[in-house]
Amino acid sequence: MSKWYIEKGDQGDVVLSTRIRLARNLDEFPFPAKLDVAGKNRVNSLVKSALFENDSKDFSYIEMKDLSRKQAVSLAERHLISPEFAAKKDGSALMLSGDEGVSIMLCEEDHIRLQVMKAGLALEEAFDIADKLDSLLDSRLSYAFDERIGYLTACPTNLGTAMRASVMLHLPALTRCGQISRLANTVSKLGLTIRGAYGEGSRSSGDIYQISNQITLGITEETAIANLKSIVLQLVGQERAAAAKMVRNAADEDKIFRAYGILKNARLLSTEEFMELASLVRLGAARGILDVNIEKINELIVNMQPATVSAANENADSAAARDAVRAAAVREALAD
Amino acid sequence: MLCQNCGKNEATTHLKQIINGDMAESHLCSDCASHLGYSDMFSGFGLNLSELFGSLLGDTMPSLASGSAPRCPKCGTAFSDIVRDGKVGCAECYRTFYDKLLPSIQRIHGKIKHSGKTSHSAPAEVKVETKEEKVEKLKAQMNEAVAKQEFEQAAKIRDEIKALEEGGEN
Repeated sequence: MSKWYIEKGDQGDVVLSTRIRLARNLDEFPFPAKLDVAGKNRVNSLVKSALFENDSKDFSYIEMKDLSRKQAVSLAERHLISPEFAAKKDGSALMLSGDEGVSIMLCEEDHIRLQVMKAGLALEEAFDIADKLDSLLDSRLSYAFDERIGYLTACPTNLGTAMRASVMLHLPALTRCGQISRLANTVSKLGLTIRGAYGEGSRSSGDIYQISNQITLGITEETAIANLKSIVLQLVGQERAAAAKMVRNAADEDKIFRAYGILKNARLLSTEEFMELASLVRLGAARGILDVNIEKINELIVNMQPATVSAANENADSAAARDAVRAAAVREALAD
Repeated sequence: MLCQNCGKNEATTHLKQIINGDMAESHLCSDCASHLGYSDMFSGFGLNLSELFGSLLGDTMPSLASGSAPRCPKCGTAFSDIVRDGKVGCAECYRTFYDKLLPSIQRIHGKIKHSGKTSHSAPAEVKVETKEEKVEKLKAQMNEAVAKQEFEQAAKIRDEIKALEEGGEN
């Protein structure tokens, strides 16, 4: 089955993907941090049977303790689970739909973390799916809810709707003209946050950023989504304008073509180098100056992350071996 | 700058260590850094919101050093635990410490009243019926009684309606 993150969706030249995450807890159990393994397993089996009762959705049920570290980290690299969840073992489980578009983390920070992911900008569609699944679970489980402060969550920053809507954006041109910190400042005043989606620190690896709503209490799901969407559309417009200017500059155009040349020929590619070059090639593809399929680049960005490479290739455990495997895979994907 | 360890990749991890008063700097690429145990993908992932929340609570609640602090009857969490971890133990904690938590919740979100989706486990809202709605309901009951030929019951309801319409509030 084709994975959701490979497709090119609405606003796909700039927007990689959309994610809606709902946090829910069962009223009768302490939150996972205060719950022993037996209790967590009880919670997991309650949620599992609530979902499977009459739903034929093709969910697989994975116990986190059964995964190797690289398998778990690979799930995090594909944004199917949180990095924190990748480190969990006993008592935590994951339910994953066949196209990996829906993932439900059980006993992460909250009992239930329901995530729906879509290619491109698709906030309403993703919310609709999440909302229906949530209502289904709600009808069969007893949620922790307070009419004054909404869904009760382990961290009070999620109270209220307990919904986090995020959009992943590729902003190579805005990054290169040094606009990101200004944007981060502006969006924080609007109750949103923007941060690097890959890697650590302030400069995002691959110029990929995640923008999401910060405030969850006192604002409806619809309003939060509408706010986020309008800001995203503005960012998309700004990125397009900056990118159009950039590709007309001979030096920048040269960089894009050189990046393409290296990706097509390199024998060793570290994650950092790959992300840097892939970002330039994606920019060239999005602006139509490189004849490269943008879905192919999207797929590479997901599949060339370190643990994902290691998990897919038995002999790619060391960094050096991984760099060779990565370079070979990239060459193959970009071969004419 | 290239990694000081492998000399091949760009150094992305910059470390300053002070050992016995001498500062040593090292510049490593991420592969070498993780090899040498300097980076862990599970640490430093952005801003730690829960610690931030804990410190917010700490600010507002300077006077909780008292010995016999109340605990949540369900999970045993004390308010000082919530301040320390920035995490709440269970749903009951919110009920137990509601008043103490509220100022910090307001600081985070700016608001303290939920709006949006409601869980079915929320207690059903106590609906206050208007006079018109009551009359409407009684009329429906009256018609039903007539249809079942329960005229005595229907007459009783008719009187009730009359009383409501004339008497105003009840």
